[in-house]
Amino acid sequence: MSSQKQQMKAYWRKNLQTLLILLLIWFLVSFGFGILLVDPLNKIQLGGFKLGFWFAQQGSIYSFVILIFVYVWKMNRLDKEFDVNED
Amino acid sequence: MEILTWTYILVGLTFALYIGIAIWTRAGSTKEFYVAGGGVSPLANGLATAADWMSAASFISMAGIISFAGYDGSVYLMGWTGGYVLLALLLAPYLRKFGKFTVPDFVGDRYYSTTAKIVAVVCALFISFTYVAGQMRGVGIVFSRYLEVPIEWGVVIGMCIVFFYAVLGGMKGITYTQVAQYCVLIFAYMVPAIFISMQLTGNPIPQLGLGGDLADGTPLLAKLDGVLSELGFAEYTSGRKGMTDVFMITLALMVGTAGLPHVIVRFFTVPRVKDARLSAGYALVFIAILYTTAPALAAFGIYNTINSTSEKNISALPEWVNTWQKTNLIHVDDKNGDGKVQYLADPVANELSIDRDIMVLASPEIAQLPNWVVGLVAAGAMAAALSTAAGLLLVISTSVSRDLFKTFKPDISEKKELRIARIAAAGAVILAGYFGVNPPGFVAQVVAFAFGLAAASFFPVIIMGIFSSRINKEGAIAGMLSGLVFTLGYIIFFKFISPELNTAENWWFGVSPEGIGSIGMILNFVVCITISKFTPAPPQEVQEMIQEIRIPRGAGKAIEH
Repeated sequence: MSSQKQQMKAYWRKNLQTLLILLLIWFLVSFGFGILLVDPLNKIQLGGFKLGFWFAQQGSIYSFVILIFVYVWKMNRLDKEFDVNED
Repeated sequence: MEILTWTYILVGLTFALYIGIAIWTRAGSTKEFYVAGGGVSPLANGLATAADWMSAASFISMAGIISFAGYDGSVYLMGWTGGYVLLALLLAPYLRKFGKFTVPDFVGDRYYSTTAKIVAVVCALFISFTYVAGQMRGVGIVFSRYLEVPIEWGVVIGMCIVFFYAVLGGMKGITYTQVAQYCVLIFAYMVPAIFISMQLTGNPIPQLGLGGDLADGTPLLAKLDGVLSELGFAEYTSGRKGMTDVFMITLALMVGTAGLPHVIVRFFTVPRVKDARLSAGYALVFIAILYTTAPALAAFGIYNTINSTSEKNISALPEWVNTWQKTNLIHVDDKNGDGKVQYLADPVANELSIDRDIMVLASPEIAQLPNWVVGLVAAGAMAAALSTAAGLLLVISTSVSRDLFKTFKPDISEKKELRIARIAAAGAVILAGYFGVNPPGFVAQVVAFAFGLAAASFFPVIIMGIFSSRINKEGAIAGMLSGLVFTLGYIIFFKFISPELNTAENWWFGVSPEGIGSIGMILNFVVCITISKFTPAPPQEVQEMIQEIRIPRGAGKAIEH
């Protein structure tokens, strides 16, 4: 196997690792905090919100936005590191 | 000035703007028609995607649905935003690198099969058509409510506008009109929300006002929970649906969002892979502004409505209640003859019926804002409906001209292909308009299921096409068909054949027809992987193509045609 092919394999593995971590957070803030754990979290108060309700109607959406921008930043760095960036 | 005069002025001005943009950005080549020449900046594409995505239903109905569903309304909030994370991380960058123009293009090339491509085209057409008919209906309703013209005329006027800029401008015209439409719709949505939030909680930011305190010092949501349970309703912040069902509906909406062809195609219009990633982020920011305001507007709306009607004298109701009674969106019926309004959970004793759309449509009047704000909300609702309709019509015309026509006649000239695309767009506008005027009973119900179908058909085969090099055409075709047939069968059974059985006891695993797309998706994955295991691996050139789309470099010189 050529070294370039190995490089690409390493790039893809790192990409998958990043995806896995980000998707775990994605699952946790929406399905986790907003649905599965909503009842226990509702016992905690965040200002005028019950915490579980806040995650379901506000917090999950903010987290989604942050997740995408973290992904953009991480991938741009990864692309440069493996010299597969576009400019 | 009168409300009607303001509405005509603002709707007229915005229409003139859209048409002006369409003329300025006329498409000259098929590449411009299909993907705006691939030169849209990530920010502009983010704005256009947000307008494309937020339909008449998001703008007019979503807040009202949440008003009455409370916590259960979260399925729409999480479902219709969380899909963008999947889109950004799993689909958009790779499909941009692939570099052709449509989802069926990708399915056809990756699964080296015309059959797979045709199955994908049929799915795309079916999803887009059910969706677009609902939008044209939305245009008609907005016209009839605000401009006092019959619904039919409203649909015809809407058709002419969309016809003009979608047929003339193609994706290029649509993209830049959508940018303008986003600005109109978000401004129209936020102005009443900010003022209502300030009046109720003293906080001008609706997202914070939702968690704020009322004038008497109690938190709004706690007060709402108390008021609703006194009247016999469930608490606002607690759920009524089963947890499994909420989970499955949210999943189906998320995955469906990521699988909708008119959303995916927007990411073919940016120049580079890194732009596709960034652009999904911008799109979600612009969508999130509306989607985090909607639950606030929902809680403010239901609180205001109860507060200003419950146990109040019928002769002393606020003016907006009387105004909207004329349109039958709110209705008071003094059953016990005590001269007061009783709003109760018990349908026998309840004297107030409220249409969910009122929470947004009447918001300027509830907040006692000047008449021009009412006109602005009308223009915003039109922008939301038109932008979504145009995006869908483009998918339909591209599917016909490129995915069907060109597949069977690969040697047609560019000029001819462009003409066929325009004729197809025109045909689609007319057909959608026909369904807008004569809505078949099933349209309203089916629109929600377009997501389930997208989740069960497209999403798994695209994901596996990128992340697995072992999945082959046999697996993909069998997977798409089984996901589609299963989901469609379940929906048709419970919604059309035996609607009387449509209750939680009869559902499989406690999943309602709205959430069944999630099970269909899992089935698609399982069938696809199993069949691929027992059939030959994809040929060498497909293996190489998969390696190629995984790496960003080289997207700039994407295949021209």
